[in-house]
Amino acid sequence: MNHLPAPVQDEIQRKKLRLFLIDADSVAQSAGMGRRINTIMQTCFFALSGVLPRGQAIAAIKHAIQRNYSRRGEAVVQMNFAAVDSALAHLHEVKIPEEAGSGIPMRPPVPASAPDFVQKVTARMLAGEGDLLPVSALPVDGTFPSGTSRWEKRNIALSIPVWDEELCIQCGKCVLVCPHSVIRAKIYDPEKLDGAPAQFKSATPRWKEFERLRYTLQVAPEDCTGCSLCVEVCPVKSKSEVKHRAINMEPQAPLRQQETANWDFFLGLPEANPEELHLGHVKDVQLLEPLFEFSGACAGCGETPYIKLLTQLFGDRAVIANATGCSSIYGGNLPTTPYTVNKEGYGPAWSNSLFEDNAEFGLGIRLALDKQEEYARALLKRLGGEVGDVLTRELLDAGQSREAEIRDQRERVKLLKTKLAAIEAPEARDLLALADALVKKIVWIVGGDGWAYDIGYGGLDHVLASGANVKILVLDTEVYSNTGGQRSKATPRAAVARFAFGGKSTPKKDLALMAMSYGNVYVARIAMGGSDTQTVKAFVEAEAFPGPSLLLAFSHCIAHGYDLMHGMEQQKAAVQSGYWPLFRYDPQLVQRGLNPLQLDSRPPSMPLEQYMRNETRFTLLNHSQPEKAQELLELARSDVDQRWKLYESLAQIHVARDAKVAEPVQVGKEEKP
Amino acid sequence: MIDLSSNYLGMKLKNPVVVSASPLQKHLDNIRRMEDAGAAAIVMHSLFEEQIELESRELNRSLDEGTESFAESLHYLPDLERYNLGPESYLEHLADAKRTVAIPIMGSLNGVSPGGWTRYARMIEQAGADAIELNTYYVPTDPDVTGATIEQMYFDLVAQVRASVRIPLAVKLSPMFSSLPNVAKQFDRSGADALVLFNRFYQPDFDLEALDIVQTLELSHSYELLPRLNWIAILFGRIHADLAVTGGVHTGTDAVKCMMAGARAAMVTSALLERGIGHISSILDGARKWMEEHEYSSVTEMQGCMARRSVIDPAAFERANYMKVLSSYTFKSR
Repeated sequence: MNHLPAPVQDEIQRKKLRLFLIDADSVAQSAGMGRRINTIMQTCFFALSGVLPRGQAIAAIKHAIQRNYSRRGEAVVQMNFAAVDSALAHLHEVKIPEEAGSGIPMRPPVPASAPDFVQKVTARMLAGEGDLLPVSALPVDGTFPSGTSRWEKRNIALSIPVWDEELCIQCGKCVLVCPHSVIRAKIYDPEKLDGAPAQFKSATPRWKEFERLRYTLQVAPEDCTGCSLCVEVCPVKSKSEVKHRAINMEPQAPLRQQETANWDFFLGLPEANPEELHLGHVKDVQLLEPLFEFSGACAGCGETPYIKLLTQLFGDRAVIANATGCSSIYGGNLPTTPYTVNKEGYGPAWSNSLFEDNAEFGLGIRLALDKQEEYARALLKRLGGEVGDVLTRELLDAGQSREAEIRDQRERVKLLKTKLAAIEAPEARDLLALADALVKKIVWIVGGDGWAYDIGYGGLDHVLASGANVKILVLDTEVYSNTGGQRSKATPRAAVARFAFGGKSTPKKDLALMAMSYGNVYVARIAMGGSDTQTVKAFVEAEAFPGPSLLLAFSHCIAHGYDLMHGMEQQKAAVQSGYWPLFRYDPQLVQRGLNPLQLDSRPPSMPLEQYMRNETRFTLLNHSQPEKAQELLELARSDVDQRWKLYESLAQIHVARDAKVAEPVQVGKEEKP
Repeated sequence: MIDLSSNYLGMKLKNPVVVSASPLQKHLDNIRRMEDAGAAAIVMHSLFEEQIELESRELNRSLDEGTESFAESLHYLPDLERYNLGPESYLEHLADAKRTVAIPIMGSLNGVSPGGWTRYARMIEQAGADAIELNTYYVPTDPDVTGATIEQMYFDLVAQVRASVRIPLAVKLSPMFSSLPNVAKQFDRSGADALVLFNRFYQPDFDLEALDIVQTLELSHSYELLPRLNWIAILFGRIHADLAVTGGVHTGTDAVKCMMAGARAAMVTSALLERGIGHISSILDGARKWMEEHEYSSVTEMQGCMARRSVIDPAAFERANYMKVLSSYTFKSR
């Protein structure tokens, strides 16, 4: 009772409440139910609420368990029975003292350092008082400030990763895979360690050029979800204890205070300068600040690492059109927004549109931005004399393909704005409003397979065909995840999903091949767990391509039915079995006489069933209809074989130098001198 | 005409070659082919109580993951009407096998809980099995548990299963006992109708590059027959239960050796996985040919002829043989 905040204590006494405690997590763990506590809490509710006589309620719960779980096997029924009994045995009443006065204040929903809007609006919503907010408190045009998820400390992880700085090789894989951007790395001057908390860790950077600096890998303890993907992806094992890696899960509660102080100190360390890094290398990408953090996605989500990477590489200039689906829910659900800004205030602008028009929505944004730029350039030319010839010429002619060039252009625009403020002409007012359009913006159109393969496909096709410079990221979970696992045209043959209870009988649509058929679309099939290097490379190339780019990103998902901590291993298996071949199709290579299609994975080396047997979406059918499962497995095998052969032959087609269009020749019969 | 028949578990087998538990038995076609190739009986693949439980829990965990925690979708995978997770599919398959062939079909059971052993044994009996083979495989890891405790656990288990079924009961043993003859005798007393020597274990190996543990599946070789022959010869005539060899039977002469040591059945698996089911007939032909050449007219005639029973002090016989072998050994390179 003395650990409770004083206002809670007062309320308990005032209402003469009885207080009961149960360590439901421990009960669930020892009953073999993992993190699932619903049976336990339900039992406690009925045991205490008096809705039914206790004995009758418990009998009814057990009856429901028998009815609901018996088809999953006797072991599951018994496990739930044991959890019910154990819940009752571990339910304790806390004695309420006459005089309680812990003196502990309630933790405010957000700290005092949060910005004004967060204090006045977000905090009220977090406290469950959103309905009490006046309409006038909300943004007039519906535009909410970004960077608000950092104020919502959920503390949902039972255990969090802890860094072993001596063992770590600083490869950056854990940073790359972290779905909630809670593991970050920085390199900084040693003097910045002045005033660091006593437990703050650092190591010598394993970069030749940064050896005199310090490196720190830090975890945000209150934002971590405890998914363990980072630990599973860590390639280092201790020589004396192979279970021990360079990052290991440890209970969160004892570490919370210490690591919170470390995290706060870490946030104050300077961010890396992208101009000093190799942006095509995973090791260097870990040092880039993510502008997407602490989303409400599932623990271990397979989609968010791609979005985070997008924001690390291009977040300061990205405008995101997001289709409805998981990415629109974790991407922009009130009360908080995971998209955020860097210290200069640059970050992604984000909006959600419908399933059926998101690609067009993004195209519209692109056209508007282009039009704004066009008008800004025209105005600038007209005002050139007053702005100054040198600045005008530099603004109009600036290349903006490199980080440094974009930074310089931003500085020029700032200068332009100060100059424009002093010019009286109405055109100067117009240009002042449009000046930012002179800095490069990248339109990213983001969504899941339900959008790209199904409901939004017509629009997607239209946008690809338009040749417009938009970047499309499809987070392919092969099923409608957000609405509960309905079949999409991305669902593979033999997988069980809603609307495909008997296993999907037709193969997955090959969206990549369809997009490649245009010949002017950059296309890549990526899977971070299959090759993180190829993933990073594809993002960089897609951005640089002067036309539409389509990235199909294999995303493991809760709807695949396995513990997502193994998500990266499963992605690797998907690639090795040929289930998800990796490639990049770059139309620009044709001009150099090269085949535009580059296969980035090897021929299938693992039996398909070895990949499939780890996922319940495939094994369900083995349990329910073994013969049909076998039949579909054989067809799925043939899908994989045929697709690989097709890609392999396409990748071997000889392309004549300076060819405008690829000239197909028969495989293995290239002309010889 | 040579009589190959042998009596095992109270059944008259047309010959001593029995197919031991393996994944081959999962397909009815294979079972049919085993009979066609001349197998005298078939032990089905094992029903693993632990596997049933694990599969059940694993499926439950996957189906429940993330459910009822987000208002837009309460579930992510469909919950189907039937999963065939229990022993039902195994039992149905056993019954199908029984209907498909005329030779005896034995169930094989690997349990973990006392209740599980007896419950599943009864189910196997009801499914029509001619006998049950208990596959006892327990890896003790607690340093405070003694060998005697583990042995007693096995004996109790056999007694419980014996009391719950009427069909003959074989027990497949591990070689890891300090005093195998004593253990064999106690199994005999607990009600085992046959002892099958020995279980082979899939021993995990280390992958030094990945610092990981990898599962290996090494098929048996004829040289693995030797400890089995030795122990069958020692036990022959000292216990009531029938004896059978499993592990290392690859040829007709291997089968002959088993019989001479005192076995009633020579069980094969690795040889079939390696050379195909048809290899059963080669083993039988080999045995028949050897018997013809050496003028044996029946298998029963040779069963136990090389057993230690005829030796007054088998332990001294063992030591003498050991010394003879050592003193005769010369380096191959010389």
